[in-house]
Amino acid sequence: MALDSKSDTQTRDFKVVGTRPNRPDGIDKVTGRARFGADITAPGMLIGRVLRSPHAHARIVSIDTSQAEALAGVRAVVTSADFNKIEDDDFTADILDNCMASEKAMYDGHAVAAVAASSEAIAKRALKLITVEYEVLPHVTDVDAAITADAPVLHEGRTDETVPAGMSGNVISRFEFGHGDIEAGLAAADKVLERSYKTEATHQGYIEPHACMASMGPDGQADLWCCTQGHYMVRNTCAAIFGMEQGQLRVTASEIGGGFGGKTTVFLEPVALALSRKSGRPVKMVMSRSEVLRATGPTASSSVDIRLGMTKDGRITGARAELRYQGGAYPGSPVEFGSMSAFAPYDLEHVKTVGWDIVTNRPKQAAYRAPGAPMAAFAVESAIDELAKGFGLDPLEVRLKNAAREGTKSSYGVTYPAIGLEATLRKAKDHPHWTAPLGPNQGRGVACGFWFNFGGDTCVSLNITPDGTVTVSEGNPDIGGSRASMSMMAAEELGIPYEKVRTIVADTGSLGQNEVTDGSRVTFAVGLATIEAARAAKREMCRRAALVWGIDEEAVEWIDGAAQPAGPNAGDHPPMTLAEIAATASNTGGPIAGHHEANPEGAGVSFATHMVDTEVDPDTGAVKILRYTVFQDAGKAVHPAYVEGQFQGGAVQGIGWALNEEYIYGEDGVLQNAGFLDYRIPVASDLPMIDTVILEIPNPGHPYGVRGVGETSIVPPLAAIANSVSESAGVRMAQLPMSPPKVLAAMQSK
Amino acid sequence: MVQVRIWGSLAAATEGQTEVEIKAGTLRELLDGLAEKYPGLRPQLKRGVSVAIDGRIYNDSWFQPIQPDSEVVLLARLKGG
Repeated sequence: MALDSKSDTQTRDFKVVGTRPNRPDGIDKVTGRARFGADITAPGMLIGRVLRSPHAHARIVSIDTSQAEALAGVRAVVTSADFNKIEDDDFTADILDNCMASEKAMYDGHAVAAVAASSEAIAKRALKLITVEYEVLPHVTDVDAAITADAPVLHEGRTDETVPAGMSGNVISRFEFGHGDIEAGLAAADKVLERSYKTEATHQGYIEPHACMASMGPDGQADLWCCTQGHYMVRNTCAAIFGMEQGQLRVTASEIGGGFGGKTTVFLEPVALALSRKSGRPVKMVMSRSEVLRATGPTASSSVDIRLGMTKDGRITGARAELRYQGGAYPGSPVEFGSMSAFAPYDLEHVKTVGWDIVTNRPKQAAYRAPGAPMAAFAVESAIDELAKGFGLDPLEVRLKNAAREGTKSSYGVTYPAIGLEATLRKAKDHPHWTAPLGPNQGRGVACGFWFNFGGDTCVSLNITPDGTVTVSEGNPDIGGSRASMSMMAAEELGIPYEKVRTIVADTGSLGQNEVTDGSRVTFAVGLATIEAARAAKREMCRRAALVWGIDEEAVEWIDGAAQPAGPNAGDHPPMTLAEIAATASNTGGPIAGHHEANPEGAGVSFATHMVDTEVDPDTGAVKILRYTVFQDAGKAVHPAYVEGQFQGGAVQGIGWALNEEYIYGEDGVLQNAGFLDYRIPVASDLPMIDTVILEIPNPGHPYGVRGVGETSIVPPLAAIANSVSESAGVRMAQLPMSPPKVLAAMQSK
Repeated sequence: MVQVRIWGSLAAATEGQTEVEIKAGTLRELLDGLAEKYPGLRPQLKRGVSVAIDGRIYNDSWFQPIQPDSEVVLLARLKGG
């Protein structure tokens, strides 16, 4: 069979890909018909609630649950004693300990017990009847304070072999990247800037709190419905925690009201399973917003020291960054990715980054869009901007002068293939935004950002129904429009209208292993698998047509949604459409399907440039975003509206991170702002329309040239906004968030 | 033999070298070869690594071919959000 697919993504004439059809989940979501995590119910269902530590750091001396268990309506109470101890797997043991504290409460809000009762009111009353005796311990929540000699040490023996002897036990790992001779590079500069930068922890801020319902039977089989970015990850993690066979736990993903990386691990799910196992009843658990903020992963906070040398004409001669990230109470801050990505946009002869993973008495961090990269970019891009402006140079020209290109040896060691950074910079420079006039107290900032992207295990099953419509089953929760994108790629490949394809997210019993919806991987990897599944179905449909026509299957090709005879000896047969082949499938061999299972690797790296105008109120320090433009390479935008949404969403989350969002801890280590009234994410009235410019530089690793776009867009905003506000305020802002009191104080101190 | 670039903080396990030579034709042979030749790398290999081969990043594909002149770079195991 010959396919009409062209291998050259740049010359392919797309018919469906690149259009903007209505989203398939739109009506469900605006009418309330969509079922999110908290919407799942079952007969006999109990309500589970969690008791959380009021202390930032405390040894759990004892837990008395007898009074709670005696309360009418309470069906089960669990503590860490109800879970197996995981001896040989630190990664899973930390996840379990974060879900249910064992020996110590490690942060304010850490789960210490949970109940399942016939109503929420009874469950809440039962929590008050649980007596926990704590031995309160000294705590530390600041990343720099945590590595001082007198800081309380959270864990013993968790420091790995990369950390020099004599450092605090709160230092877990050290990472070093780079090449060249830093001191020689800095010596060649006309000016060397040394400055320290700090960012606060921010939450992913998804609108839907964590929710799940678990049902575990006495036969050991279990079902779990939950709001997650990866239900296969939930299955595998819970199976490991409970010592179950993965096949005995079926997990179904609900609709998801945002995740941004924060739903790439488990929090409630093991607890709900334990309560269900103990009570013999289904158990539903839903977090409050306060619980989400206190006990689920924010991103890391950071403290970064930069040394950057530049010549008068804007050439960076040497660059060094020392990055300290705290990732909460367990190892695993994303400092290695900050260290790898910090200088990734630039072609540098002498560059070095050193990253330190540090633990503090805060909730265990979870991934947040391009984990670790925005904080590093904030420091690096701020320093570049300060030097460039100090020399009176155009900050875009300076970035172009130093931009990484094909053949550049990156700061993390890889030599780049064709990349799109320079294209985003040139688009930015040519955009009318760059030359638009500014008023008093206004400033303009730019910054670049980089993210890796990856693929991972992926399965897709594509079925041809008897009436000629098509269903696609994928195993990744649709968090950014993947059902629309998969339907579009299937329609494109099959040559049928988009409306003839419906894509669903299948449960863990229906497909093989699927990696989490993360790493900007889904449109790339699941899209690739969808295209290959469609190609498999096309091959089979060509074979069926060949049978009907009585010719060799090699003499049939698929063009415009139909099998057609090809070549001089194929004979004269009218095309057989997909619907015609489907209608006779029972007569020609049975149902027709295509499927593809693979671990697609080779996702292309991604770059973006952001430009933002701000105005600072000189009396209050309040910052207003006046105009914002995102320039990013998408490889190929399958559904441009979703791509624009990803660009805009990253920019807006970055605006919140830059201007207002922060975890505020009191002297007692208790989180002071565990609610959206005090933890302020941007709302629509805070924002202008975010303008977007999509560049399409095809990724050779994907049949249609697709490149992941979900994460890179949050990398430049922190720095772009800081560069803009520094200009508006007339003082360099080196700490986030730039909330009104901090901006005002900076202006008054200049 | 392929040249493998490793990140700086692992150099303590490779006698100070940030580029090492390993006899390998596939990703699996590369990882096995690194662990055998430099036992000090085993903890990091167990925690997880990604490998860039000629600019493309691989996490798991054992049988991904590596040519003798390929650029091979060991990276911290990539995660995403």
